[in-house]
Amino acid sequence: MRSRKPAAAVAAAVCSSLALAACGGGGPGAAGGKISDDKVVLGVLNDQSGVYKDLSGPNSKVAVQMAIDDYKAKYGDKAVAKTIEIVTADHQNKPDIANTKAQEMYDRQNVDLILDVPTSSAALAVATQAKAKKKLFIDITAGTTALTGKSCNKYTYAWAYDTAMLANGTGNTVVKNGGKTWSIVYPDYAFGQDMNKSFTAAVKGAGGTVGQSIATPFPNDNFATFITKAGSTNPKVIGIMSAGGDLINFVKQYNQAGMQGKAQLAVGLMFITDIHSLGVEQFEGTTFTDPWYWNFDAKNKAWADRFLAKSGTRPSFAHAGNYSAAMNYLESVQAAGTDEADAVVKQLDGKKINDVFLRNGEVRSDHRVIHDVYLAKVKSKSEVKEAWDYEKIVQTIPAAEAFEPVSPACKM
Amino acid sequence: MSAFVQYTLQGLAAGGFYALAALGLAVIFGVLGVVNFSHGACYMLGAVAAAVLLDVLGLHFWAALVVVPILLFGVGVVMERLFVRWLLRLDPLYNFLLTFGLSLILVDLVKGRYGVSGLPYERPAGLGGQLHIGGIGLSRYQVFACLFSFLICALVWLLLTRTRVGMIVRASTEDAERTRALGINVGRWVTPVFGFGIALAGLAGVMAAPFRAITADMGSNFVIILFAVVVIGGLGSILGAVVAGFLVGLVEAYGQAYAPTFSQVAIFVLMAAVVLFRPAGLFGREEAG
Repeated sequence: MRSRKPAAAVAAAVCSSLALAACGGGGPGAAGGKISDDKVVLGVLNDQSGVYKDLSGPNSKVAVQMAIDDYKAKYGDKAVAKTIEIVTADHQNKPDIANTKAQEMYDRQNVDLILDVPTSSAALAVATQAKAKKKLFIDITAGTTALTGKSCNKYTYAWAYDTAMLANGTGNTVVKNGGKTWSIVYPDYAFGQDMNKSFTAAVKGAGGTVGQSIATPFPNDNFATFITKAGSTNPKVIGIMSAGGDLINFVKQYNQAGMQGKAQLAVGLMFITDIHSLGVEQFEGTTFTDPWYWNFDAKNKAWADRFLAKSGTRPSFAHAGNYSAAMNYLESVQAAGTDEADAVVKQLDGKKINDVFLRNGEVRSDHRVIHDVYLAKVKSKSEVKEAWDYEKIVQTIPAAEAFEPVSPACKM
Repeated sequence: MSAFVQYTLQGLAAGGFYALAALGLAVIFGVLGVVNFSHGACYMLGAVAAAVLLDVLGLHFWAALVVVPILLFGVGVVMERLFVRWLLRLDPLYNFLLTFGLSLILVDLVKGRYGVSGLPYERPAGLGGQLHIGGIGLSRYQVFACLFSFLICALVWLLLTRTRVGMIVRASTEDAERTRALGINVGRWVTPVFGFGIALAGLAGVMAAPFRAITADMGSNFVIILFAVVVIGGLGSILGAVVAGFLVGLVEAYGQAYAPTFSQVAIFVLMAAVVLFRPAGLFGREEAG
C-alpha cells in the first residue's frame, strides 16, 4: 500500500502537467493565450555567494519583488499578469554556468525575462541565449559595451551603465574641472583593459593627457610600488580601474603612501558597498561616476527607505536598476496585453522613462538605456549624517553626454 | 637612481611583512611536520577579528596586536585537539588536505556572517603619513610593519634556539623516543606549538588590517605566496622564512617597477629556480633517508 501512494501521486502529477502542457501549447489558455503558461516568470541570475553578492545578490530579488508588488498594487484586477513569480540562480560569475542557468531558466522554468547578471562575460553568454530562445534579457550589473555593440540583439537590453559611460563621466568631467594630467592603474584582464582604453580616450578627448597606464596582475594584494610609480610623474589625477577587494587594497595603500591630497583619486567603477566596506574616511574626496544614488533626492530616498525595511540595508544602483527594469517590463506586458517577447520589445523600444532609477531615460534603438548619471565625490566623515550617507553629487551628467552614440557595430 | 632606492626600500618593507606572515607556517612545519594550508584562513581570521573587535568593543589596533593572537592561539588549540593531532602519524598529505578543508569551512563561515565586500578598519594612531629618509618618502606604517615583523621573527628564533623550552620542542621533533627517554613529556608540546603558529598567522592578519582589504577571501591567494616564501627559504627553517620573505618582497617590488604584469609570476620563477638548484630551499636541510 505504502509504496503505491507515491506512485499514484506521481502519475497524477504527470497527467496534470501533460494536460497543462497541452493547454499551454494548444493556443488559448485560461488567460486567453495572452500570458504564456498563465504566469509571468522573472529570473534573477547573479552572484549569490562571491564578490558581487553584496552589491547585487539576494537583494536584487528583493528589489524585483518590490516591482511586482507595485505593479499589482497599481493595476489590481486589471493586471494582465495575474500570477508573477521570481526564480533565482547563482552564476558564480562564470560564463559557462551563466550559460547553463540561462538555458535552464528559459527552457525549463518558463522564465520570460532574465535580470541582473553581473560580470561581462556571463552577461554576454546570457545575451546569446536570449537571442537563441527569443526571450528577454535585461542586463543591469554588467558593464561591457559589447552588449549593445557587436553582440547586441533584439531581446537584450542594457539598463544601467557601461564602461564607456563611466569613462566619459569621470574622465571628461574631471579633466574639465582642472584634472588634466593622469596616471592610470588598471588590472590586466578584459574589464581592466577596456576601462583603460575608454578612460584614456575620454581624458584625451577632453584635452587632458595620460602620462602612464600601468597594468597590474589580477588579483593583487600589494600595490606599493605601483603607487610610487604612478605618482612619479606628479599627475593631478590617478585613475584606478580595479574593482572589489583589489580596489580596497589599492586605496588603503594609496592613503598610506601619503598620496591622499597629493593627487586626486578617480575610481573607474565603484559601488556604494565598496565605500561601506572600506569606510568613508579612506575614500574621502574620491571622484567617480554613479548611475544612481539612494540619497540623491526625496524620490530616491523614499524608495530606499522601503528597500531598507525589506532588506535591512541601503540599495546599490544595481538594486534600483533591477527594480526599474522589472517594473518597466511589467508595464510593457500590461500595455501589450501579453508577455509574448516580440510584443513586449515593441512596447519597450523607444520608450521614454522617468522613474525612481532613470531620469530622462530613453530606450535607444541599440537597446542601451540612456539616462542622466552623476559625478559623485565621497564625503568626509564629518559630512556623513547617517549610515550609508556617503556620496555628494557634484554634477548631473545629461543622458546624451554620458553615453556614447549608437555603435555602428550593432546590427539587429 | 632614487627611484631604484625607493623600490628597494618598498620591497624590503613588504618583505618584512611576508616574513612575519610565513613565520607561523615555518614554525608549524619545522616543529610538527604539518603543512598547514589553513594558514591563509587563520591570517584572515586575525584581520577579521581585529575589525570586529574594533567595531564592537572599540578595541584599537595596538590592543588588537595583543588580544587577537591570544584568541587565535585558542583557535589553533581547538584545531589541533579536534583534528590535526589524529593525522600526525600519517603521511603529511593527510594534514595538508585536512587543513585545506578547514580553510574552506572557515572562509565560508566568515562569508556567511560578514558578507563578501569586506570590513572597514581604522588607520592606526601615530602611524599615518610619510617618513622621509634621505629624500625618499616611505609610508610610516610600512616601515613600522617591517621593523615590527623583524623583531617578532628575531624573538621567535631566539625562543626556539636559545631557550630551554625551544630546546625541548626541537628535541621532541628531532627524536621523540630519545627525548621521552630523558623524562620529557613530548606530547604536551604539540598543542601549544600549533597554537603558537596559528597565533602568528593571526598577528600577521592584524598587521594586514590597516593596509589590505579585510574580506573572507583575503588569505586564499596570499597563502600561495606564503608557501612560495617557505619553499624558497626551506620548509621549516625560520631563518629561511625571514630571508626568503625579504627576497620575495624585493622581487615583487622590482617586478612591479620594471615588468608590472609579471610581478607575481616573478615570485614563482624565483621559487622554481631555487627548487631546481636547491630542492630543500635556501636554508632547508635535506631529509635524512
